[in-house]
Amino acid sequence: MFDFSILFPSLLNGLTTGAVYALIALGLTLIYGVLHIINFAHGACLMAALYAVYFLKERLGVDPYLALPLVMAGMFAFGYGLQRVVINRAGHGKDENILLATLGISIVLENLALLFFKSDTRSIDTAYSLSTVAIGPAMIAVPKLVAFAGALVVSGLLFWIMGRTDLGRAIRAVAKEKEGAKLMGIDVDHVYAMSFGIGLACLGAAACFLLPAYYVNPQVGGGFVLVAFTIVVLGGMGSFVGALVGGFLVGVVESIGGLVLGESLGQIGIFVIFIAVVLFRPQGMFGAKA
Amino acid sequence: MSATTSSGGRQLAGIALFAVAVACVPLVTSSGVALNFVMMALYATLIAQAWNILGGFGGQFSFGHALFFGTGAYIQAIAQLQGGINPWVALPLAVAGAAAVGLFVGALSFRYGLKGSYFALVTLAFAEVFRILAVSVSFTGGGVGLMVPLRESAANMQFASRGGYLWLVLAFVVAALLVTWWLRNGRFGAYLQAVRDNEDAARAVGVNPFRIKLAAIGLSAAFMGAAGAFYVQVFQYIDPSIAYGSVTSVEALVAAIVGGMGTLWGPVLGAVVLHVLADLTRNLFGELPGINMVIYGVVLVLIVIFLPRGIAGIGQSVRQLWSAQGKKGNHHE
Repeated sequence: MFDFSILFPSLLNGLTTGAVYALIALGLTLIYGVLHIINFAHGACLMAALYAVYFLKERLGVDPYLALPLVMAGMFAFGYGLQRVVINRAGHGKDENILLATLGISIVLENLALLFFKSDTRSIDTAYSLSTVAIGPAMIAVPKLVAFAGALVVSGLLFWIMGRTDLGRAIRAVAKEKEGAKLMGIDVDHVYAMSFGIGLACLGAAACFLLPAYYVNPQVGGGFVLVAFTIVVLGGMGSFVGALVGGFLVGVVESIGGLVLGESLGQIGIFVIFIAVVLFRPQGMFGAKA
Repeated sequence: MSATTSSGGRQLAGIALFAVAVACVPLVTSSGVALNFVMMALYATLIAQAWNILGGFGGQFSFGHALFFGTGAYIQAIAQLQGGINPWVALPLAVAGAAAVGLFVGALSFRYGLKGSYFALVTLAFAEVFRILAVSVSFTGGGVGLMVPLRESAANMQFASRGGYLWLVLAFVVAALLVTWWLRNGRFGAYLQAVRDNEDAARAVGVNPFRIKLAAIGLSAAFMGAAGAFYVQVFQYIDPSIAYGSVTSVEALVAAIVGGMGTLWGPVLGAVVLHVLADLTRNLFGELPGINMVIYGVVLVLIVIFLPRGIAGIGQSVRQLWSAQGKKGNHHE
């Protein structure tokens, strides 16, 4: 029989990780849903955001949680520029070209980080890094709890922007019917860049929530890329609710899988799930067309 | 656009000329630096050509070609270390093993109609699975890797000078060029390009896209396997991140795309250009970690934006302009 007192902390842990996964996947699915492109550089951009949070803390003493608006704004501007200057020009009408351009961007970002910051793994020390609170029989780290709550708040904000603001309406219009939106006077290139910027701003938030309980090195993004893709495909490409549910699901599966199978096989699990989902259920859990 | 017999003949003559010219390099120079440069450029050409078979002619973009490279490398090393097999005998095993992995991944992916970005990501995921497996199991030496003992003799595929290795990899490159020539001029290549350009139309005229793509990935993987075996013979060492890490996958794809996908000489051109660039940066900045890959990434983005048909595309455009003018001026060949 399963002992619930062992399973429960693992479940809780999975839910908190899952919330951050969901936030990362929301950014990816927004970009996919609107621009119909797969942003292969998503992990590398997260890595860049993590370094930003790291240096803000180490050099300027800015607490990661206070750095949140700054990092989000920075990532937004970075994404907006990247879409306008690079990605928008790379398509030539072929999805593969965009994938290649984002692959190029991820190679450049990762290796610039390697060049400037070396391959050292770095983490930050905060007063709350090691503090924990008890929830039922489980002890949970405070940063993880903050990450959970914060990820939900930012996701809620994203849902509000998409559902209730003019910008959100424009984004949805462009995603559904680009030509029609253009005829209604919507600046499609601007909306594309805004969507890319918002997608990366989600990464900025995720980085602020992650770093106090995590680490950064030049390769750190690679692990998140396929996790995020798995979630997005699982949830149905372009679906927000799917990304949210998928994020929690993958977080919990990973956490419990790691408990049952051990660390290294747990790592393989995520890739096997990805391959299986893409092969056998590319339309995702909610049946949205892939 | 269709290749005529005479242009096919000229291409063959070009391949022969290339083979003879490069084969003479070790005869005219004994400079280790020069020989090493040519050998590594040929090696880069080989993996770019391998990628080009599936990516350029088949339109299936793999992000995980290291999967086949690493499999060939591990088979080459393990056959010698644990099987006591002569490297010349191990080589066909490495090639066959890599091709088998290619057929397996291809059968799964193409059976379920995977294409475009999904295929790219799945190949990447497979390479990652193999990397983690190579770290976890014992017969690959785990994370420490495998070292093939130094026993210098041609019978042992370990050459005293770089020249021997150069000839070996040149043989692989010429074989890959001949296969590429066949793709440009033969029936199978025509089918493959038809599937790339419009799968439904190809199916409508009786081509089986699944089989054609499967054959292409098998062929492509076989050459990656040869490259992996070659790597082990030259460096006498392999570990999971060299074998299945992203560097080889990226090198193969960037060189093919920079040079020009679906062309005969594009991958050669791309590999040489990238190696010259890498050498120049090394001379300018010294040995810095990651700088080569930064250059590769920047070049990839620039090529995708400004020259989506690669460097070979410039030549094609010029030739088209030329022949258009030639027709006007009435000295058309």
